[in-house]
Amino acid sequence: MVKLNSKIPEGPIEKKWSNYKDQQSLVNPANKRKIDIIVVGTGLAGASAAASLGELGFNVKNFCFQDSPRRAHSIAAQGGINAAKNYPNDGDTVYRLFYDTVKGGDYRARESNVYRLAEVSNNIIDQCIAQGVPFAREYSGLLDNRSFGGAQVSRTFYARGQTGQQLLLGAYGALSKEIKKGSVKMYTRHEMLDLVVVEGRARGIIARNLINGELERHAAHAVVIATGGYGNVFFLSTNAMGSNVTAVWKVFKKGSFFGNPSFTQIHPTCIPVHGDFQSKLTLMSESLRNDGRIWVPRKKEDVARLKNGEIKPKDLSEEERDYYLERRYPAFGNLVPRDVASRAAKERCDAGYGVGETGLAVYLDFESAIERLGKDVIEERYGNLFQMYQKIVDENPYETPMMIYPAVHYTMGGIWVDYELQTTIPGLFAIGEANFSDHGANRLGASALMQGLADGYFVLPYTIQSYLSDQIGVPRFSTELPEFAEAEKQTKEQLEKLMSIKGKNSVDHFHKLLGKIMWEYVGMSRNKKGLLHAITAIKELREEFWKDVRIPGEINDLNTELEKAARLADFLELGELMARDGLDREESCGGHFREEYQTKEGEALRNDKNFTFVSAWEYMGEGKEPKLNKEKLEYEAIEVKQRNYK
Amino acid sequence: MDFKLKIWKQKNAGSKGKFVNYEVKGISSDTSFLEMLDILNEDLIYKGEEPVVFDHDCREGICGMCSLYINGYAHGPDAAITTCQLHMRKFKDGATITIEPFRARPFPVIKDLMIDRTALDTMIQAGGYTSAKTGGVPDANAILISKENSDLAMDAASCIGCGACVASCKNASAMLFVSAKVSQLALLPQGKPEAAERVLNMVAAMDEAGFGNCTNTGACEAECPKEIKITNIARLNREYFSASFASEL
Repeated sequence: MVKLNSKIPEGPIEKKWSNYKDQQSLVNPANKRKIDIIVVGTGLAGASAAASLGELGFNVKNFCFQDSPRRAHSIAAQGGINAAKNYPNDGDTVYRLFYDTVKGGDYRARESNVYRLAEVSNNIIDQCIAQGVPFAREYSGLLDNRSFGGAQVSRTFYARGQTGQQLLLGAYGALSKEIKKGSVKMYTRHEMLDLVVVEGRARGIIARNLINGELERHAAHAVVIATGGYGNVFFLSTNAMGSNVTAVWKVFKKGSFFGNPSFTQIHPTCIPVHGDFQSKLTLMSESLRNDGRIWVPRKKEDVARLKNGEIKPKDLSEEERDYYLERRYPAFGNLVPRDVASRAAKERCDAGYGVGETGLAVYLDFESAIERLGKDVIEERYGNLFQMYQKIVDENPYETPMMIYPAVHYTMGGIWVDYELQTTIPGLFAIGEANFSDHGANRLGASALMQGLADGYFVLPYTIQSYLSDQIGVPRFSTELPEFAEAEKQTKEQLEKLMSIKGKNSVDHFHKLLGKIMWEYVGMSRNKKGLLHAITAIKELREEFWKDVRIPGEINDLNTELEKAARLADFLELGELMARDGLDREESCGGHFREEYQTKEGEALRNDKNFTFVSAWEYMGEGKEPKLNKEKLEYEAIEVKQRNYK
Repeated sequence: MDFKLKIWKQKNAGSKGKFVNYEVKGISSDTSFLEMLDILNEDLIYKGEEPVVFDHDCREGICGMCSLYINGYAHGPDAAITTCQLHMRKFKDGATITIEPFRARPFPVIKDLMIDRTALDTMIQAGGYTSAKTGGVPDANAILISKENSDLAMDAASCIGCGACVASCKNASAMLFVSAKVSQLALLPQGKPEAAERVLNMVAAMDEAGFGNCTNTGACEAECPKEIKITNIARLNREYFSASFASEL
């Protein structure tokens, strides 16, 4: 068994990262030219890493399944990016950002990683400005900030409601510069389908060229996984249609441990589900909670009158409305963390106070903000979000409150990595949402962009050298090695098997069924009985899928159904692991809410004595139960308390 | 709602394509355009036929991957949205809808409605960035930028790189796309040091990729899902002329 070594550096928390950098091994410029690195994914983490490694002089191969690196789903992040700049003079510090992040994650993140994240957060903002990212500014010409959930300071930098887009285009610019220079070779419309391990080290990948269906072998001295999260296991989520777990799942099956797979973030403010044909859910940025107030009717009669159109939301007076977040959490009000806001919405809807057609929605109301600030200010802050809402729902949010409901958004779980972001396979690294490391059991708003760019610009380019420094004498690998042939053969066999089933039902048919199981039993609230049921139901569904899926077209051609089927095959295995992890963790923490473990007021009840650890699951082979390894979490710089946002 | 669909089918870049007629029935008016195509594709799969291939990813109007030419308009008849944000309520029940790929010589068809837009990346690689490397940059607030210029830069930077401007232009010009990036960086102090080289290199890359010239018809602005303004093209021209004169001295 691999012994989990998180490699946390010595010293007090504020010195760990500089101690690490003082002592780490580096690769000299002449040797960097001899080393190849594969980066899979071109989102904030992947693009920033590929560009930065190229600048340092390494030879980089960068892969994405989209037609251009600029389309990775980081592009859709709306609200902002956190940094401890303290420009508003409201008392922010690196420690406070660190503290808020660990607390927001309900004390299930690794302290040293989070502190480093807070430490480099300011460099990210500087870097983006140098790239020409047009962050919002004040009339003074200085940068503007806004507030986000889980914080009492304004530390979020933003570019209208398109912050992810602007940050990604900044990283894409840096990447384009390196592609032009020749240090990065870009492979678009390519999907990684397996990892190649040679003598225990990650040495390459098998990728499918999505245009002609050919399998390709690519070798390197190290491989970096930056393929994002796995929210699409729920079928409906705010992720892009193509977002998938395949790269992450394949490296898990090759020996990388999977950290906290059940930790899923359900985002409180999304446009509610409206029909069976729906293909994805659209997020309405958390930033809206700065000015929007969330409520449902206080009386059930009013719920009924709203539903049959007798009255409009506007007709209800202040006294007839229940601003339940302000009522339950006066200190943070509408800006409580996402997990808390999502559960509170579910609680009201389950109790019969939900609005809209299905009763699964709450109001997000801008009436008082428009009165206070004027329509122009609201339009400047949220114009594109209001437009997006209007196009989808066909209602004008300037005049009637938005309707929102929680939806799957982000996965805190991911590949287990140590302080150097290296997985349990030497030479294999994981960055951004694909790893598990910084957000514990719940991620705070505007922290995903921060983590993706921190990993790619300022952490991995240092830490990967510690591994590569003893690889400089290793010559380039030939893709003729038997390990490459074997990995390619297995991939080919899996695809052939899928094509040969020729069953009755489509890929989406199975994916929707999986999504229903996941949402019902492994979603916003979970219990033992449901999780056990989910494990069995997913197994049955998986068997059914392998007997009955129908994939038209050819294997050696562009085949979008085959792409979807291969991804779903992995989701069908992942779902079971998520349920298993949720079952094992007999406590509630952050986004993981076990109904059996709650306080009298219905808040998450942690069990620190028995569960202050990271679940690191180990693949034991086909048909065998995965093994649970534990990384004990130790808190030295922070006092572990029950989260309180009241 | 029921619709008759006339969809462009083409096996690959080398083969000739043609329109094929399909029908979809019982579509809810809340269905998005791409969800309507999902429903058609599910139907086709169950009938044992190959689904229609089209590009799409985020389905919330920001990734720029979807690229359909619907009833003669890039991203369809509604203004200021991408194809994925278009809803069936914008069409009349029983209508015939014609669906084609974005057409332009630098955007060859890969299959059916899917096209190759690598040329857009190539133009950015020619200089659509600042050359700042990671690390060693000044504090973010060290250089003041007027809110006005910052807002104008943001307007230009909103471009999602979908190529609707090219598809809508009778000359297949990429001027709006190139000018959006040139403008964003010309408006900001961080982009100034390389402004002249940038505009010359990007325009040269545009010509080399085979995009046509701009004749100021404004079709690109009208069809742009992010409402990028042609004043950016005027700014590009200004930048281009001053850079050309300077390089001749």
